[in-house]
Amino acid sequence: MSNNDRRGFLAASAGLGLVAIAPGVHLMQVAQARPAGEPASKLQRWGMLVDTAKCATGCDACVSACATENGINEKVADPRQAAQWIRKIDLKDPKNGRQHSLPMMCQHCAEPPCVDVCPTGASMKRADGIVLVDRHICIGCRYCMMACPYKARSFVHQPLTQQNPEVPRGLGCVESCTLCVHRVDKGQKPACVEACPEGAMVFGDLEDPNSDIARRIAQTATTQVRADLKLNTGVRYQGI
Amino acid sequence: MRRAATFLLLGVLPWLTFSAWAGDSVPKPTIRIATEGKCIAPAEEMRRNHMDMLKHQRDKTLRQGIRGEKASLNGCIECHAAKSTGSVIGHDDSFCQSCHSYAAVKLDCWDCHQPKAGYKATGVKP
Ligand code: SF4
Ligand code: SF4
Repeated sequence: MSNNDRRGFLAASAGLGLVAIAPGVHLMQVAQARPAGEPASKLQRWGMLVDTAKCATGCDACVSACATENGINEKVADPRQAAQWIRKIDLKDPKNGRQHSLPMMCQHCAEPPCVDVCPTGASMKRADGIVLVDRHICIGCRYCMMACPYKARSFVHQPLTQQNPEVPRGLGCVESCTLCVHRVDKGQKPACVEACPEGAMVFGDLEDPNSDIARRIAQTATTQVRADLKLNTGVRYQGI
Repeated sequence: MRRAATFLLLGVLPWLTFSAWAGDSVPKPTIRIATEGKCIAPAEEMRRNHMDMLKHQRDKTLRQGIRGEKASLNGCIECHAAKSTGSVIGHDDSFCQSCHSYAAVKLDCWDCHQPKAGYKATGVKP
């Protein structure tokens, strides 16, 4: 695809993003691709809402989808070194036996400790709230892994050769959930959200009061994990 | 007379040495371009400035989220991946590797970026 073709493609997908039903009425939750050349905007904040009542124990469709989407396919000698961009956690209340299951990943904190401690500026928060590692300048010190209260980050211990062209990752750098930034920029949802058979995850713009996610957060009780840390997480949970 | 001889010597000798040096005995990088003539800038400019173009673009794309920039590493390999291997590295005549080993400049990009054009990655749940 030549550069011009690609531009055309981006422009076309931007057009598809917004489906008009009637003048002024738009289908909700159809994300829009950002036109080529335009930076991420701080008028948006991407977030996710996980309904733990819907999330099924034993299901890990989101974890598999994440691995496929992000080219996580390396064999690691020590399972403790495996990349964990998203993991399933089963919780049980010992007092009453209530059990539930939920996916845990980078919470895309508005006040991210990983960014605070990074000595190089590699850990960074994009204008639209997505927290990323700039591997070009990450020195692999792993301070951020220690600082993250959610154990959301992994370190790549071995050379990689089978990456997804859209998701560069490699030896000596720390990595974590990117909220599928390469998909979001094209107007798509993160792979885990799309793969969940229970529809337990909602993705959208927390700053847009008309988005599905913002309305649900306004109407129902939702939780930030470790809200006491006041990190203002972009990933919220319902039913825990 | 003596002065003229020195002049001649000074003038001719370097030329002689240079022409001998610039002859066929000098190893040159083998550059094979799979799809020619579609580059975003003339070859001369690309040879000198591709690293700056890509560095500028990578920061804009990763840190600001600007997509669809003219310079793009994935764009490079669409044309420059060898037809035989599908890659820009791996052999002495692979597009990136040939020049970089000639100039003895370490090639870091492909430690993280996928060097094969049209590569479909798989996933194995960790
Ligand atoms: S969850 Fe961890 S990795 Fe993600 S933004 Fe917060 S501190 Fe950083
Ligand atoms: S490992 Fe990389 S991203 Fe993390 S703190 Fe160190 S330099 Fe920053």
